[in-house]
Amino acid sequence: MKSILELEKVVVRFGGLVAVSAVDFHVGEGELVGLIGPNGAGKTTLFNVITGVYKPTEGAIRFDAQTVDGLSASEITSRGIARTFQNIRLFSSLSVLDNVVAAFNLHLKSGFLGALWRGTQFREQERAVREEALQLLDVFGLKSAAHQPCRSLAYGDQRRLEIVRALATKPRLLLLDEPAAGMNPTEKVELMRLIRFTQERFGPAVLLVEHDMKVVMGICQRIAVLEYGRKIAEGTPGEIQQDRRVIAAYLGEEVVDA
Amino acid sequence: MGSRNSLLLCVLVFAVVSALFTGHPEAAWPLAQIDDYLLNILIMAGINVILAVSLNIVSGHTGQFSLGHAGFMAVGAYGSAAVTQIGGKPILNALSFLGGAAPICMFVLSLLVGGLLAALAGFAVGLPSLRLKGDYLAIVTLGFGEIIRVVIQNTEAVGGARGLTGIPAFTTLGWTWGLAAFCIYCVSALIRSTYGRGFLAVRDDEIAAEAMGVNTTKYKVTAFVVGSFFAGLAGALYAHLIGYITPEGFSFLKSVDVVVMVILGGMGSTLGVTVAAILLTALNELLRQAEQYRMVAFALLLIVLMIARPQGLLGGIDRWLQARRNRS
Repeated sequence: MKSILELEKVVVRFGGLVAVSAVDFHVGEGELVGLIGPNGAGKTTLFNVITGVYKPTEGAIRFDAQTVDGLSASEITSRGIARTFQNIRLFSSLSVLDNVVAAFNLHLKSGFLGALWRGTQFREQERAVREEALQLLDVFGLKSAAHQPCRSLAYGDQRRLEIVRALATKPRLLLLDEPAAGMNPTEKVELMRLIRFTQERFGPAVLLVEHDMKVVMGICQRIAVLEYGRKIAEGTPGEIQQDRRVIAAYLGEEVVDA
Repeated sequence: MGSRNSLLLCVLVFAVVSALFTGHPEAAWPLAQIDDYLLNILIMAGINVILAVSLNIVSGHTGQFSLGHAGFMAVGAYGSAAVTQIGGKPILNALSFLGGAAPICMFVLSLLVGGLLAALAGFAVGLPSLRLKGDYLAIVTLGFGEIIRVVIQNTEAVGGARGLTGIPAFTTLGWTWGLAAFCIYCVSALIRSTYGRGFLAVRDDEIAAEAMGVNTTKYKVTAFVVGSFFAGLAGALYAHLIGYITPEGFSFLKSVDVVVMVILGGMGSTLGVTVAAILLTALNELLRQAEQYRMVAFALLLIVLMIARPQGLLGGIDRWLQARRNRS
């Protein structure tokens, strides 16, 4: 499988603290990879490095065989990496539809004079982008709420809208940061279906950070485990469940009485 | 009716009303025979509308709290006065081939110079300082506003602390409200485009905006430049209304006046801010007898408003109007 995202010996240091330490990692085209680890293992930091919020102290990140570390977050998104957030970060004053339309900006021509003159071309683009956003909302069952303020959506729907918004940037790699956080069991089952559906329908590779083992084991093809910034294991869900180091990281080591 | 049409209608109404008030005492239309005092207040209201609507695009829509609006107004005022007062005669001679239209052409030129200089100042201030957020940005913009004022104060070529006198009185009600309508149209049109969505995304959540591919720096600088351009226009109109400008007139307090209009009207509501600018101009005049209590009244008004309607007088009305449009 051709890999779309490659991390090579990535190190992130905050002063004396090494948050991510020499991590090698890759995601294949169209693959669904899970990233797990105990609290503070560096999962979100790794996410932030990939999406350009932080710059790696050492090492290289390549997307689609091109180096992307050092680019700004918006440039990285324009290359085809989109993300959702651990704590929902919708554009709270905008309607559901406008949240999605705003994420289309990247792919629109935006002329200053065009916006003032509002000619045929401008209006046609505006119409087309609304149409496309509505279709996207329709696919995810949010079309009826399109004109509501996004704050009025139920929690699960807000998560869903975040995914729709990320898809509007037309990503080839979608990063989901703890999408199951705060969800009840029914919503989690729904979420797993949603992630699978997203992949089937739009085909991006997905990198998933998640604490909920049921979700991770249930849908990921491959799982990487971080602890204290190091990658301690990588493999299929079955392999990870048997891995002694992973069990030790989560449950602690067995004490053998002397 | 489409939004484009309703906006054009607004502009037309403004233009017609303004034409009726052009201020010739011997005009046939009875409405035109208003006294100078009232006329000045109406023009000041128009200038304040431009100031408030242009600050609103920076503070209201893009969420970048700026306290330096008077500084950009000063750049516009002095820049345009430099054209008409300092460069007056030679420019008039150069434009003499235009015949009777020469003075008006010079005024248009001075408006453009004032606006563009202010926009340039906005760009120069915006690019470095927009890395800052919230209170820090407010302090830096406050500082820049004061720097502009102090630089003018120490520039003898534009009169220094004594100010610049003898600026020809070109500003009429028609010009002011015509430009106010133009300003309202530009801001409204910009808001309903890729730019507006960029502005609002930056205001709501900068990190999320970046992650969705919105180039936040570009949108913040654009908002600053557009806001400064119109502040410069307002300054130019002001200079050619009063005929006499001093650096003191563009102090920090003037910036605060505009901020109050924006907060009172409702951050991010063009309509609300327009109404607030007119109301506050009128209130300012009504309270002129009670000069020393004016600021007390303003403060009380703000406190009551913050308790009763924290979103501003008409905050949220634009969204309500849009929701109604979507339903229909």
